[in-house]
This record gives sequence, C-alpha cells and structure tokens, in this order.
Amino acid sequence: MEGNLNLTLKIWRQKNARVAGKFETYQVSGISTDMSFLEMIDVLNNRLIEEGDDPVAFDHDCREGICGMCSMYINGRPHGPNRGVTTCQLHMRSFKDGQTITVEPWRSSAFPVIKDLVVNRSAFDRIIAAGGFVSVNTGNAQDANSLPIPKENADQAFAAAACIGCGACVAACKNASAMLFTSAKISQLALLPQGQVEAGKRAEAMVAQMDEEGFGACSNTGACEAECPKGISLENIARMNREYFSSTFSSK
Amino acid sequence: MTKLDAKIPEGSLAEKWTKYRSSVPLVNPANKRSLEIVIVGSGLAGASAAASLAELGYKVKVFCFQDSPRRAHSIAAQGGINAAKNYQNDGDSIYRLFYDTIKGGDYRSREANVHRLAEVSGSIIDQCVAQGVPFAREYGGLLSNRSFGGTQVQRTFYAAGQTGQQLLLGAYSSLQRQVGMGNVKMYTRHEMLDVVTIDGKARGIIARDSVTGALERHFGHAVLLCTGGYGNVFYLSTNAMGSNVTAAWKAHKKGAFIANPCYTQIHPTCIPVSGDHQSKLTLMSESLRNDGRIWVPKKENDTRKANEIPEEERDYYLERRYPAFGNLVPRDIASRAAKERCDAGFGVGASKMAVYLDYAAAIIRYGQGEANKHNMQNPSYEEIQAMGKAVVKEKYGNLFDMYKQITGEDPYEVPMRIYPAVHYTMGGLWVDYNLMTTVPGLYALGEANFSDHGANRLGASALMQGLADGYFVIPYTIGAYLASEIRTPAMSTDSAPFVAAEKEVRERLETLMNIKGNKPVDYFHKRLGKIMWDECGMARSEKGLKASIKEIQALQKEFWSDVKIPGEIDNLNPELEKAGRVADFLELGELMCIDALDRNESCGGHFRTEYQTEDGEALRDDKNYAYVAAWEYEKQSTFKLHKEELKYENIKIAQRSYK
Repeated sequence: MEGNLNLTLKIWRQKNARVAGKFETYQVSGISTDMSFLEMIDVLNNRLIEEGDDPVAFDHDCREGICGMCSMYINGRPHGPNRGVTTCQLHMRSFKDGQTITVEPWRSSAFPVIKDLVVNRSAFDRIIAAGGFVSVNTGNAQDANSLPIPKENADQAFAAAACIGCGACVAACKNASAMLFTSAKISQLALLPQGQVEAGKRAEAMVAQMDEEGFGACSNTGACEAECPKGISLENIARMNREYFSSTFSSK
Repeated sequence: MTKLDAKIPEGSLAEKWTKYRSSVPLVNPANKRSLEIVIVGSGLAGASAAASLAELGYKVKVFCFQDSPRRAHSIAAQGGINAAKNYQNDGDSIYRLFYDTIKGGDYRSREANVHRLAEVSGSIIDQCVAQGVPFAREYGGLLSNRSFGGTQVQRTFYAAGQTGQQLLLGAYSSLQRQVGMGNVKMYTRHEMLDVVTIDGKARGIIARDSVTGALERHFGHAVLLCTGGYGNVFYLSTNAMGSNVTAAWKAHKKGAFIANPCYTQIHPTCIPVSGDHQSKLTLMSESLRNDGRIWVPKKENDTRKANEIPEEERDYYLERRYPAFGNLVPRDIASRAAKERCDAGFGVGASKMAVYLDYAAAIIRYGQGEANKHNMQNPSYEEIQAMGKAVVKEKYGNLFDMYKQITGEDPYEVPMRIYPAVHYTMGGLWVDYNLMTTVPGLYALGEANFSDHGANRLGASALMQGLADGYFVIPYTIGAYLASEIRTPAMSTDSAPFVAAEKEVRERLETLMNIKGNKPVDYFHKRLGKIMWDECGMARSEKGLKASIKEIQALQKEFWSDVKIPGEIDNLNPELEKAGRVADFLELGELMCIDALDRNESCGGHFRTEYQTEDGEALRDDKNYAYVAAWEYEKQSTFKLHKEELKYENIKIAQRSYK
C-alpha cells in the first residue's frame, strides 16, 4: 500500500461493430497501487454505472494471466508497459500519479471490434481447428511411458505450448501477422514424436487458414516476441517455415 | 420420501466398472449420427466429453460464455493431475488412489464412483500424452511425478505450474479437430439460461447470444452440464470472474437435485487480500507445499521481518501437529490450521491474516544437490543459492513470477505470505453412477457434479475427475439412456415447452433491466460474499447460519428492488450477465446455509464449531450423517431434503488421521 494515484484515462468507446468509435476521457482518483489494471477499470465502471453511463466493456476472466481473455492496448503496447505480463497481472504500481493512460482494443482486421475494448478472436480457434491437433481419438493411446521423449524436446514443446492465445502478437505486429501464434502450436507438436506424423500437413493447413483469415505476412521485426506475455520465441516461426516448406516442396 | 437410486452396478468393487462397461447398452454408428447432444461448458469435462462423443459419431453442440472454448477456467489449474500409474515404484495402486480419495474426502463420497475414477486415471495420462500434452519429464525421457496433499506416494503428473492449461489445450485441440470436421458446432459467447424439459426429459436449452442479446432454442436428445463450480458465491475466490452457478441452478429449478452444496474447499495457499478493491484471489499451487515450509512466529504479534526471525523462534505448525504428513496434509486441515494460528494472533503481514510459505530451506537443499551432482568441492553460499534458485525456478517459476507481479515482493528472497481462499466446490448437481441428474437425459460432469470428492477434494484430483468424466465415463454411460432414444427424432424447437422456456427467460431479463435501482450488481455480490465467508466459510455455527439465511433472504429482496443495470438488453451487456448470475448465487447461498445447518457434524471442508475434537479436528457423526444431502427445489426459499445413504463395503470408516 504505497499510496494512491490520480489518473487521466483515454479509452476507446465503440458501441458495436457497425458504428465508428472514438476516445473518451475519464478521470479516476484514489487508485491504490496494489490494484490490478482491470480492478482500476472496475472502479471506473462502477462509478459510470452509478452516474447512469454505460460501463466500458472489456474481455477478462481468470485474472491470473492464463486464460488469455484480457486484451487491452495500453499506451501503445499490448498488455501495457511491462514485459511478460498480461493486462490482468499488470498492477497500478507500474504507473505514476498524474499520468495519462490511453487504452484501445487490439487492432487488426482479423479481430473486428465487438464493443469498446472487446474484439472477436475466433479466427484463432479456426486456425487450431484447421490442424492444431494430433489426430488421436479417445481410447487409442498406448502407455504414456512407452514413448520416452528427450527432456530438452519436451521442455521446448512446453515453452511453445505456453501460448495463451490472447492475440498480443497480432496486436503488436504492424502487419497484424498471426505467425507467432500459429507457429507456437505447429512447433509444440512438431517437436514431439506424437505430432511428427502429421507435422507437414498440419503446417500447410494451419498456414492456409491463417492466410484465409486475413492476417498479414511476417517481416521479422520481432515485435510479437517482445510483446508476448508468455515469452513465446521467434524460433517457432523459423520452425514453422521449415515444416511448411519441406512439406510443400515434397508433396507437390 | 423419494428414494434416490444411484444405479450402482452389482458385483465386487474392483469389477463393477469393467462388467458394467461391457454390458451397458450400445448405440450403433448409424443411430449415433441422428442423436444430438448439447454440452454446456468447454472446460476439461466439457471439451473432453464433446471431443469423445463427436468421435463416436454423435452430433454435438457446445456452448461457452467465453470468447473461445480454450478460456474455460480449467486452464488456471496449476499443480497437476493424479493417476495411479505407480511409475515411481513407490507402492501406488488403483486401490490406494481410491482409498486416499475416500479418506481425503472424509468418508462422504460414493465408493463405486471413486473406484471407477481411480481405475480410469491411468488412461487419462496415456490419452493426454498421445495428444501432445508436454508433461514434465526426467532426463531419461520418462514422465516426472510429484507429491500432493493427503498422499504418501508420488502420483501427480504435471507441466510446470500450468498443468490445467496444458490438459485443457489438449482437450481443446481434440474438440477443435471435431469442429473442423463438422462433428461439433461451437457456440462461443453464449450463456445457457434454461434447460428445456419435455415430458419430464431434458430436451434442450435456451441460450443467450451475449453479443446480440438474441435468445436461442437448441434441441438435444441429451444435455450435459459441464459448467464447473460455484465458488464465486463467496465473491472473492480463485475462480475466474465469469465462473457461475447459473446453468446448474436453472437445472435445479427444473427438477435436478443439488447435493451437499455446503461442501466447499477453502484452499490453504492463496495470496492474501490486499484491499477492498480486490476482485479475485490468486492461488499459489499446492505443489509448493512439496518443497516450501509453512510457519508463523512463535511469538504473538511479532512485527519483525521474516528474515530477522531466527530458526528457533519459528513455529512450523503443520510439521509440529501432523508429523506423518507435515506440510502435505489435505487442504481442509491446512486451511483450518492457518486460520487457527491467525485467529490466535500469530499471523504475519500488514493484515496479520497470513502465514509464511518459505523456500529458503528448499533453495539450499536443491543447491547442495546440484553441487553434489556437478562434483563441486566446497561450493560458496552464493553458488549454492544460485543453483538452488535455478532448480526452484524450473519447478515453480511461473508461480513465483505471479506472486511477484501481484505483491511486488520477490519470493526467491523473502517468504511468500499466504492465506486460505475459496477454491473449489465438492457439492454440485446430484448424479447417479451414469452421471445423470434426477432429470432424465440431463447429465452433470466435472466440478458441476458432486460425486467423487466427498467433503474435501485432494489436490490434483479435479483435473483427473473432469477428464475421467469426459473421456472415459460419459462415452459409455450415456449409452444407457440414448439406446432407448434411437426412435426419438430430433424435435422442433417451435414446440410449446421451448417457446414457454424462452418466454420465461426473456421476462426475467426484462425484469432485471427494468428494476432501474441505485446499486451496481457488484454491491450485492460483495455483500453476499461477506455473509458467506463469515458464516458459511471455514467455520460455521448454528447461530451464524440461521442469521445468515435471514440476511440472505433480505438481500434477495433488496437486489430485486434496487439493482441498477445499465446498457441494453440486445447488445453486449456484461452487467446484465453478471446480474443474472448474482441473482442465482443469492438463492444458492441460502441453500448452502440450509445444508450446512442440516449437517450437525464436521467433515472435511464443512466445519461446524459445535462439533470438533479436543484438539480442534473435524468430528464426524457417521451414525446420523453418513448420507448425501440431495436437495429438491420446491419454491422460493423452500427446499426438500432427500438422503442417499453412503455404504462403505470396502473401506473401514475411521477418524481421519494425518499425525
């Protein structure tokens, strides 16, 4: 409890996908530095309700950095100023008294705005549905320890699988590319023997879906990796490209 | 009184499931294609059931209120999943997992269900590995295990502190595969607002599209509720903000009994409340009790910093009271012990409502282990510290990072401050052996049902149960019902019961919008939470419960006359969604108090202050209370109790001892 902050918030307000949005300015005071960023928005929202205004709509659920639902663009950065943190885990001690904070939704044509800060990320679900799985029905599995996997591979696969699907990588990218998200799943499965059988086909199908959704191309700026709250590595993109090209060259 | 029929198969305990599985009616593939199943919820239970049933050929629809099925709160489970694989050669077996679970649940769960759970536990791990779930492994490439509370073997499989995430993403991948193949139709940002029954059978649901506000009718030959627990009745809990009881409560009002609603799990290791602004509490995984030591100062009201308190002035109270299990006693016991120390004036931190979870000893132990491994002679203190911290980081890194984010303190340097918080609800919809509720065709899976954890769930068993229900139980048991439904064609949703149910839902939403009172929904939710935490939390008493029931009834009235919901009914309106959920919590909270008042004993997470042993342990009354309390909804504030007697044929009931 280090003290309280008075802040100016510029928040993107947009009633729905069909109308244009704009920034509105709000003052909040007495914000405890122990609050999370979302709790600060809660304070604002309860005040707006009491004043008869429509509260700011935003996506959130677990509030412990793992569900991937929160998705705010804060002062020009996805999930705000700190590295390796989702918006729900960003605390107000990272801000200064008197500061102006600008809050926007993810910006990408593949993530249309639903209302205020809420966007539609179902494109990600469709990319997974295109191939982000091992084709194994329930009941088909062999004993888990009959397939030893080198620890390094398992650890690397886990690091890729830590992606929470929040979309910060897309929001950070000037081309709104979804390469980091897509490659994380392709890598996770390609690194494991269970996933290798379908690795090439998977890469082709997921990349095709990614393109169809309207995500942009990768120009290797690395903004996605820098802004990823879970530290998903750019190496995954290289691995995806390997899987993709070796598959397309060999199969066609 | 109606006799509840749990439909437990005949035969010896170890053979029940195998025999039943081989004799349960089957549905042939052609018929499966014309049978439709509605699944509400996309967590471990929902996603695994949806994928498995779709693989079998059923037509499946899945609903979730989040923007993607991958967000379901199973994702946040940290520590691990139990399975009786005995990979560690430490004496584990199906029977031991069964026994530990029954004992951990303080002898208030159903033997046959728990044994089945233990039986299928191994297959879950096999299935998850086959899906590409990256469990932690040893250098030899085989799976790694750790210990959890209430057990003396290492049977917990894990993926760092993100096991739930990895298991859910595995199930989600399988679900999305079926979505891609057209076998599952997924409805995201949809909230189920009623069950539709026709001639006494569940035949579908009414759902609201959260984006447009449109109400939709969906038919199913069967409906599966995989909607999780109701811990958010306490306002502050480790549940996600959206976790709610609405689907289960609507089912309750349509005839599904709710069993043991007062059995709630207060998890011992959570980050303490820091102020009134707090919107949720964050768990620090039980796995941390593998290596961390829990203590408070021996001196009352000690204001020194943790690092300034010498070893001999620390009270490792769990190790002192429970030498056999030490820091790994079950959750209910660890939570009560923390409360006891804090209430007695030995708590730490600014609020004095916290105890320490200390990693200093583990860091040194691991550091020395690393030094030995690398044949280092006389390693310096700094080297040991650095190596020890690296090991701890690998095992628990994400948890330590999370603690630092939230508190601003570095747990590698100072002990964590922790305090119990609401985490899980053992109670839930009453189900029989087939996981069917008292409404034919309506099932409940995972945390939403009551069946496996008795009065206290052991750590790492929720993930096991969710996936057992979805992958390995419902695909078989649903046949017992659907085999008799093959002549029922898909029904039109224009029939009177669907129209009436939709109308009722619409009127309720309109009523909520039209109250136009003065207070936001959160105001009521916080007040309900405080009543529940104070009187129906870690300690309950007859006097407190009776007063609470009255207070909650008054709060219900106040809510329905003074809640203020902004925005529109036909647009994305999170406040309207919250209002509906809180209205249901207000009714559930009342029932929880009624149930807690009925149970004149202490067991597991239900601790009645009138019923305790001399040394403050829960005092059960097996003669009078060895039953499942299944409540039937009659009308507002009126519930009828039905009892399912618990028979223990394979386990001798005893007072739980972890000493």
